Amino acid sequence: MKEYEVIIGLEVHAELSTNTKMYCNCSTTFGADPNTHCCPICTGMPGVLPVLNERVVEYAVKAGLATNCEISRFSKQDRKNYFYPDLPKAFQTSQYDLPLCIGGHLDINVNGNKKTIGITRIHIEEDAGKLIHDAYTGDTLVDMNRCAVPLIEIVSEPDIRSADEAVAYMQTLKSILEYLEVCDCKMQEGSLRCDVNLSVRPVGQKEFGTRTETKNLNSFKAIHNSIEFEIQRQIEVLENGGKIYQETRRFDDVKGIGYAMRTKEDAQDYRYFPEPDLAPIILSDEYVNNIKDNLPEMPHIKKERYIKEFELPEYDAEILTSSKKTASFFEKTNSICNNPKSVSNWIMGDFARMLNEKEIEIDESKVTEENLAVLISLIDKGTISSKIAKQVFEEMFETGKNAEEIVKEKGLVQMSDEGAIKEICQKVVDANPQSIVDYKAGKDRAIGFLVGQIMKETKGKANPQIVNKILLEIINNL
Amino acid sequence: MDLYSLTLTEVAKKIKNKEVTIKDVLDDIYSRIGEVEPKVDAYITLTQNKAYERAEKLQQKLDNGEDIGVLGGVPIAIKDNICTNGVKTTCASKMLENHTPIYDATVIKKLEDAGAIIIGKTNMDEFAMGSSTETSYFKKTKNPWDLTRVPGGSSGGSAAVVSAQMAYASLGSDTGGSIRQPASYCSVVGLKPTYGLVSRFGLIAFASSLDQIGPFARTVEDAALMLDVISGHDKMDTTSANLEKQNYLEALVNDVKGKVIGIPTDFITDGINKEVKEAYDKAIETLKAAGAEIKEITLEYAKYSLATYYIIATAEASSNLGRYDGIRYGYRTQDFSDLEELYRKTRTEGFGAEVKRRIMLGTYVLSSGYYDAYYKRAQQVRTLIVENFKKAFESCDVIMIPTAPNTSFKFGAHNASPLEMYLEDIYTVPVNMAGLPGISVPGGFDSNGMPIGIQFIAKAFDEKNLLQVAYAFEQNTTYHKEIPKIEEGK
Amino acid sequence: MSVSRDDVKHIANLSKLNLTDEELEKYTTELSDIVNFANELSNINVEGVKPTAHILDIRNVFRKDEVQPSYDREEILKNAPSKDAGCVSVPKVVE
Repeated sequence: MKEYEVIIGLEVHAELSTNTKMYCNCSTTFGADPNTHCCPICTGMPGVLPVLNERVVEYAVKAGLATNCEISRFSKQDRKNYFYPDLPKAFQTSQYDLPLCIGGHLDINVNGNKKTIGITRIHIEEDAGKLIHDAYTGDTLVDMNRCAVPLIEIVSEPDIRSADEAVAYMQTLKSILEYLEVCDCKMQEGSLRCDVNLSVRPVGQKEFGTRTETKNLNSFKAIHNSIEFEIQRQIEVLENGGKIYQETRRFDDVKGIGYAMRTKEDAQDYRYFPEPDLAPIILSDEYVNNIKDNLPEMPHIKKERYIKEFELPEYDAEILTSSKKTASFFEKTNSICNNPKSVSNWIMGDFARMLNEKEIEIDESKVTEENLAVLISLIDKGTISSKIAKQVFEEMFETGKNAEEIVKEKGLVQMSDEGAIKEICQKVVDANPQSIVDYKAGKDRAIGFLVGQIMKETKGKANPQIVNKILLEIINNL
Repeated sequence: MDLYSLTLTEVAKKIKNKEVTIKDVLDDIYSRIGEVEPKVDAYITLTQNKAYERAEKLQQKLDNGEDIGVLGGVPIAIKDNICTNGVKTTCASKMLENHTPIYDATVIKKLEDAGAIIIGKTNMDEFAMGSSTETSYFKKTKNPWDLTRVPGGSSGGSAAVVSAQMAYASLGSDTGGSIRQPASYCSVVGLKPTYGLVSRFGLIAFASSLDQIGPFARTVEDAALMLDVISGHDKMDTTSANLEKQNYLEALVNDVKGKVIGIPTDFITDGINKEVKEAYDKAIETLKAAGAEIKEITLEYAKYSLATYYIIATAEASSNLGRYDGIRYGYRTQDFSDLEELYRKTRTEGFGAEVKRRIMLGTYVLSSGYYDAYYKRAQQVRTLIVENFKKAFESCDVIMIPTAPNTSFKFGAHNASPLEMYLEDIYTVPVNMAGLPGISVPGGFDSNGMPIGIQFIAKAFDEKNLLQVAYAFEQNTTYHKEIPKIEEGK
Repeated sequence: MSVSRDDVKHIANLSKLNLTDEELEKYTTELSDIVNFANELSNINVEGVKPTAHILDIRNVFRKDEVQPSYDREEILKNAPSKDAGCVSVPKVVE
C-alpha cells in the first residue's frame, strides 16, 4: 500500500450569542417551544425587510481580530439562493466575495508540537430552521425558531493533516470564542459545529485529490471519528482502483459510519448576488481599533502569565486556561485563598472528574469559588486533613453547602492533640501484636495497616503526620 | 353635486368642517363603486366592514373636537401588493389568493395615523409584473376612458379607481413605471418618489433596488398631500433615507419663472407616437409661456435603461419570489408525492406566464457563467445612467419627457411579443434605474380620446421642485378637469 | 449569447418550475429575444465603472440588539397550508 497524505480544511459554524436574531428583534434563546420565537421577518413573510443587528458585526470583528485576521473596511452581504423547507426566504443571507474578516491564523498544540493553521476568512450569515421528523405521520415538521439566528462561518486553509490536528484546531477555536464571549460553544445544542473538507493523495503527489465534505459535526468525538472513517474510506477506494467523487456526506456518530447524501441531478448553482435590502458595512479604523483595544486576554497569553505569576507547571496552566470559565474560576478562588497549586490541583483533579461524570460545566456546579477557597484554607490551616477534605468536597459538590459548615456539622475537625493521638496509637498497637512482629520482620506494609486502624478509630480525623510520628515512636520503643 | 367627484383636499375639508359626515362620504363612494366597478373591475377586495367601523370611530373623535388628521375620513384605495393586517393581500396571484398578512405595511400605518380610511385593495399585474394589468390572476381592469382598452400597469387598478372616481386617492408601486404609466393611460396624477423616501416595509417585493410606493390622485395638490403623509424615515427599512421631513404642500406654487426645464432630445426619437409627440411639444410651449426656460440636454445612456432594467429587476425578482414555495403560506398544490414535486407543482400552478418568464430570465442572468456578462454589467451600466442624470441636472432643475411612447392599447395587443410590451416602459424605466422622483400629469388626449401623460423628473429628494413644476403645468392646462365617461370607445 | 433549450431546462429546474414541451419552445424563443435585446449592453465600455448595488449612499444601517416580543404562534402559522404540533408540515425530507 502507498503512503497517503491527508488534506483537511474545516468550516466552523459558530452561532453568535446575541440577544436577538440577525435581522429582527426575536429572541435567540435555545430550547423554546417550536415557532414561538418568530415574527414576519424571520419567517420570510411577503413584504418584510431585514435590518442588521449591530452586535453581529461587533462579534464577528472580535472573532476576526482574535484569530489574526484582516478586518475588511468594506464588506457586504449577499443572497445565496436555494430551496429547502428550513429556509423561509429561499435564500440565505450570507457573504460571498467580500467577507468581514480575511487571512488569519491560529496556533494549535498537538501532542506537544506547535503548528499554525491558516484561516481563509470569517463571514457572517444567518442560520436555518430546524426540521423535525414526525414519526407518527412520516412528515417533516418545520420549527423556525432558529431561522436567522446569526452565525459566523470560520473557514480554515487546507492546513490540517490528521484527526488529532482537526480536534486540536477546533478546541483552540472553541476556547477563543468562549474567551471572547461571542458564542456559547454548546456543541450538543449545535451552537458550535463544523463541516470537514477532506481529501487524500499519495505522498509526493503535487495536486490535491478530490475532496468530500462531511457536514454538521457537533462533537469532538464525531469530528475525530468521521475524519478517521473518511481517510480510511478514501484510501480504500483509491487502493481498489476506484474514484473519489466530490460529494456531501453525513456521519452517523452512533454507528460510527459516514454516508453520501442523496445527490441532486443538477449541480447546485446558488446564484449569489448582493442583497439589495441591506447596506454595505464600512468600518473605520477607529471602530476596529476600539474593539481591538478591548479584547479580553486570550488563552495563550493567559497561560504564559499563569506560569510566571502563579509559578504553575505548563501542564496546569494549559489546562486551566483552555476554558475561560475554568480560568476565571481558578483566578477568583486563588484571589481568596492564595494557594495557586492547591487550587489548580482541585480544579484539575476531583472537581474535574465530578463535572465530567455529571456532564456539566464548572459554572453550572454548586461549588462556588468562595466555597472552594474556604476548603483550601481549612486544609492549609490544618483544620482538616486532605483526606477529609475530599469527603467534604463531595458533599459540597452534591449540596452546595459551605465547607466550614460541613466540617462543623459532621465534626470533621482534624485531631492534632498529641496526647489523645498517643492514647489511640497505644491502644491499636496493643490490640495488634502480630503486626508489630511483622513490622520488625521487615514487612513495612504492617505500618500501613496500623495507620488505617488508627484512622478508623478517629474516623479519619487524626492528623496523619502526627500519627506517623507517634506510631513509629511507640513501635521503636517496644 | 356628488361627493365622489370632489378632490381629496376638498372632501377632507368638508368632513373637517362637518358639512358632511364620514359615513356620508363612505356611503357615497361605495355607491359609486357599486355603479361603476362592474364595468371597470378595478378592485380585488372591498373592505366595507372595516371601513365603516373606522368611520364611526373617526367621526366620534371629530365630534369630540379631536384632530383626526389631514386625511381624516377620506376613502383611499391600496394596491394589492401592500400588506394590510387582516385584509387579504394577493399580489393578484393565484399564489397568494387567500393570503392574509398579519402585519401592516409602514405606509398603511402612516395613512391610518393621518385619518385615512382604506376602502379596498386594487387589481394589478401579477406580482407587479406587467404594463397593462392583464397578467392579474383575477380579472382584467378596464380603462375608464375606453373599456376596451387597458388601464396600464402594473398599478392599473389604483389608477383606474382614481380616474373613475371610486377613491379620492390610492397607493401604487413603481418598479419600472408602474405608477406613472397607468396614471398617464388613465389621465390622473401618479407620483413615484425618490428611492428611499417612502418606506418599502410591507410592500411585497418585486425588485428590491427599484421598487417604490407612491400615490395616485386627481390633482397635484392631492398627490403632494399623500406624499406628505407616507414619506419619512422608517427604521424597519434599511434603504429608507434618514432625512429631515419636508413639507410638500409648500411646493404648490403656480410659478415656473426662472425654472430650467431639460428636454433630452437625444432620448425622444423614432419610437414615439406622433400624437404623443405633439402633446409633448405643446407641453413645452405651455411651460415656456409660463416663464420657464427650456433647455436641451443629453441622456446618452438612458436608452440602455430598458435592457439594464430587465436584467436587474428580473434577477432580484427571481430571488424575491423564491419564498412562494407552498410551505409557510400561499398556494400549495393538491397532489404531490414528495417535497420536490410539491415545490415544482406549487410554483408551476401558482404563478402565471409573465411571472414565470421573469423568474426564469432572472435566474438565467444570475446563473453561473452569466453573472458577469449580464448582472454585473447591468449594474455598471446603471452607474453610467445615474451619472448621466447627475450631469444633466447640473444644467436644469427638472427634466420633462412623455410618460409613455403610446397611449393605452386594446386588450391582448401585445400578447404575441412580451418584448414589445416591455418597450412601453422606455420613458419610465430610466427614472427607476437612477432612483429619481418622477411624476406623470395629464397632458392631453389623442384622436381616440385616450389620455396622454407628461412626465417630470427631478434630482433625488428634490420632490419640491418636481411638484412645483408639475403643479404649475397643471394649473396652466385643463386636461385634469376632463372626466372619463366609463364606456366603450372607438 | 443566445438562450438554448437546455439553458431554459436548466433555469426552469433551478426555479422549481415544470415546463411542457410547448412552453419550453415558447420560453426559449421569448427569453432569447429578451436576452438578445439585453446583449446591446455588451457594446458599452464599462471598464473601471463601479457597479451600482445601491442607489443611495447608505452604509452601516444597524439595529440595536434588544429583544422585542415575538408573534403568537397561531399568527405565524395562520397562512400555512399544512401544520401539525405547532409546526409547518411538509412531506418527509430525505437526505
